[in-house]
Amino acid sequence: MDTDQLIRSLAADNAHRVPRVGAMLTMALLVAAPLSILIFATFLGVRPDVMTAMRNPFFDMKFAVTLSLAIPAIIVSLHLSRPEALMRGWGWLLLLPVGLLAVAIGSEAMMAPAMPMTMRLMGKNSRVCLLAIPAMSLPLLAGALFGLRHGAPSRPALAGALAGLVSAGLAATLYASHCTDDSPLFVATWYTLATALVTAIGAAVGSKVLRY
Amino acid sequence: MRGREDEWTGLMRSAMAGDDAAYHRLLKAVTPVLRAAARRGLARAGQPPDQAEDIVQEILLAVHLKRHTWDSEAPFAPWLFAIARNKLIDALRRRGRRVFVNIDDFAETLPGEAAQETASAGEVAAQLGTLPQRQRDVLQSIAVESASIKDTASKLSMSEGAVRVALHRGLAALTAKLRDH
Repeated sequence: MDTDQLIRSLAADNAHRVPRVGAMLTMALLVAAPLSILIFATFLGVRPDVMTAMRNPFFDMKFAVTLSLAIPAIIVSLHLSRPEALMRGWGWLLLLPVGLLAVAIGSEAMMAPAMPMTMRLMGKNSRVCLLAIPAMSLPLLAGALFGLRHGAPSRPALAGALAGLVSAGLAATLYASHCTDDSPLFVATWYTLATALVTAIGAAVGSKVLRY
Repeated sequence: MRGREDEWTGLMRSAMAGDDAAYHRLLKAVTPVLRAAARRGLARAGQPPDQAEDIVQEILLAVHLKRHTWDSEAPFAPWLFAIARNKLIDALRRRGRRVFVNIDDFAETLPGEAAQETASAGEVAAQLGTLPQRQRDVLQSIAVESASIKDTASKLSMSEGAVRVALHRGLAALTAKLRDH
């Protein structure tokens, strides 16, 4: 087929319309979310003392941190789904949860601590945390990658890593309502490790499936 | 340069609004620019320039299938060139690796191998043969015989909707095969 003939067939297909990447990503995440929620409801569930916990600002802070990861990660991943997009000027959005955590760690340090630092850091749920966040992330990661496949990222591994951050941020939001460890030191350690794992998986898979 | 690129942006806006003729004109207009860029890229990588047409066709397919990622408020040229660069790098990497293997393993048959590389101009045409019958028939009719969707539908006793679906699936499948082969 010569190029003129190819162009003719492309022009004939001009009427074909597809949803924008944002719509695809939203749909894919909405389809994947029930699976993650099912894992949550089956194995974890909301912690029994949630009503008292809500009066603890460090409990609420966990959601601020996880959502400040998930939402900016969605925004940056959509930005990067355009072929000409650069990371420059957008990376700072991903530092929001880091800043929030730093503030939280600082305020906890200024209070009279209920427990010694190592106990707050190690918590009681570190192993569950390391398992539950990646497990609940996987359906969401598959959804995020499916949605972003619709885009045209110039750096597929980076886009895949962003998909990992999106799914880990959302999964960690669910997990935060189960976990009784509210210290920002715990969050900074174990949530971060779990998120790093999911991000690495996202980058590895993304480098294969997000090429266009 | 500026004027040309503004014209492209205008044509692409019309195309996205449903103007097939504007889309056709735009693709015709960008092709020589893409061809020159592909030739330059191949020359710089020490590759024969006659593979440029394969790369041009790959770029055009990617432009077509990813045009929903173009922001109609943004200029068209940077978006186009980003896709072109991506496809060119991909193509050079793929060919580079193949040539490298040839030099290592088949040093004595190098002239023959080189001739084969030359002959492979027309990868789209080669992949066309691997598509399902129906998609191939539709593409053949529209691209090669320049029949309209309507004429193709009556010739192949399909509905126009089915022709459109087969055309789009065929183009998407071609792109996937070119990327992964």
